[in-house]
Amino acid sequence: MAQRIDVKDLNIFYRDFKAVADIEMAVEPRSVTAFIGPSGCGKSTFLRTLNRMHEVIPGAHVQGSVTMDGVDLYGNDIDPVAVRRQVGMVFQRPNPFPTMSIAENVLAGVRLNNKRISKGDAQDMVEQSLQGANLWNEVKDRLDRPGSGLSGGQQQRLCIARAIAVKPQVLLMDEPCSALDPISTLAIEDLIAELKAQYTIVIVTHNMQQAARVSDRTAFFNLAGTGQPGRLIEIDDTATIFSSPREQATEDYISGRFG
Amino acid sequence: MTTTAPEALAGNAELRTLLQQVDKRRHRKDRVMRGLIVAAFLLAVLPLVSVAWTVVKHGIERFNVYFLTHSMRGVFGGMDAGGVYHAIVGTVEITLFAALISVPIGLLTAIYLVEYGRGPLARAVTFFVDVMTGIPSIVAGLFAYALFAVILGPGVRMGVVGSVALSVLMIPVVVRSSEEMLRLVPNELREAALALGVPRWLVVIKVVLRTAVAGIVTGVMIAVSRVIGETAPLLITVGVIDSINYNLFDGRMMTLPVYVYRQFQQGLVPCTPDQANCIATVAYDRAWAGALTLILIVMLLNLVARLVTRFFAPKNLG
Repeated sequence: MAQRIDVKDLNIFYRDFKAVADIEMAVEPRSVTAFIGPSGCGKSTFLRTLNRMHEVIPGAHVQGSVTMDGVDLYGNDIDPVAVRRQVGMVFQRPNPFPTMSIAENVLAGVRLNNKRISKGDAQDMVEQSLQGANLWNEVKDRLDRPGSGLSGGQQQRLCIARAIAVKPQVLLMDEPCSALDPISTLAIEDLIAELKAQYTIVIVTHNMQQAARVSDRTAFFNLAGTGQPGRLIEIDDTATIFSSPREQATEDYISGRFG
Repeated sequence: MTTTAPEALAGNAELRTLLQQVDKRRHRKDRVMRGLIVAAFLLAVLPLVSVAWTVVKHGIERFNVYFLTHSMRGVFGGMDAGGVYHAIVGTVEITLFAALISVPIGLLTAIYLVEYGRGPLARAVTFFVDVMTGIPSIVAGLFAYALFAVILGPGVRMGVVGSVALSVLMIPVVVRSSEEMLRLVPNELREAALALGVPRWLVVIKVVLRTAVAGIVTGVMIAVSRVIGETAPLLITVGVIDSINYNLFDGRMMTLPVYVYRQFQQGLVPCTPDQANCIATVAYDRAWAGALTLILIVMLLNLVARLVTRFFAPKNLG
């Protein structure tokens, strides 16, 4: 299922403004890659280019290439909607659909696309996805209740269940725990550790302990100053980044000297 | 223990006086503002209550099943007869058809402005919607009349012309209210759906419209209430008639506001003492009863809108 992603010479623009410059990295399959760096350095922007979600913002465009298993995601014959079915995303704030029940939220990827699904298949999908997101035991008795009635941490796991229900290859997470309490955060981190057996996971986080705990590889982004584009400073195994980084800036950031 | 107790009390007392200090000016301001706000509220409610009371008081006398189920056909002078049925038919049909024209146009315009519109075209649309909001209703009536006169020749009077006139007044209201409601839908929901690989148009229909539907229905109802009482454009485009006409596309129709206006215009009936069953004030009574009918219809529409809203509103807690 999981695929590798290669990024080459990627520049990301908002209209004329270059937000992120010269990214070059490989995201390994069945692993967790964490992006760390100070606010405004382009981590989230870069993350959104991996499933072409940044195109939703008017004026945003990229130069360079993002390939998934050799296929250029920005090729002329590629449909961004199809890309997003292969590369799922979980957002910073839990965002279950308020008009849908818990079960309907899980099935949203299918139902919103007007696809027919038999009742049995739908039930299986709901159970599998919720179990995959470690939420099944907490909500199995109230699947027809509104998703927005859950706690923040449960809502975020519901969003993860919704994302994995469409069976993507890659799962992008944009600060998935920043709105959650420590216990919910722990639940999500455990979940990430389980999910990486099946999915390629990329996670943006402001929490360096979290990056150290959950990721196999860590990428550090930084920007020279306001108005300058963000750049990838270095990417390496998480252990290496946190013990002996090559760059002084990385060392300064992870030891809390700035940012 | 005994020696420290008075000291503790003294310290306590000091803090107590500090906490008991009342900012008199702030309190006075608070009381004055509170009074002003209550007065403003009463001032706003007073005319409403007065109107409702007057209409019910004058209208209730003739307001009965007979009044609601009979037209004015063959009614003349001070006869104790005649009703409002033909006007109810006209008002309901014309207004519904106006909504049928305005809601798709208005809603699609709002969707364009919120979901797709960028640059000069969107700005132009917004500008012209604003201009349309200010069109006097009589102008809308003349416009619809002239439009149909060009196509079907001068002197055309039928329900659909009135519907077109009313829709000119309704469209900007529908656009504006739907636009507000669509903008209230959190962007996160759009992104959540897009990230699931749902195409844009389905996101708009199944997430954005679904989330905003309660507010949109309310907006449409406000727009309907706004035009259902229009008199001038209907007088020009639909005319007046005493008998029942169900056909929007053929001939004049009566509407409630025009009915009220006509009855009031007739004034007192000159009854001579030898006439039995002659009621001098019958036309006034009918006008009041017609007004009461109109108010009740608007209230009924609002009630339906409330129910729809409650049914569709996003549920927060289970």
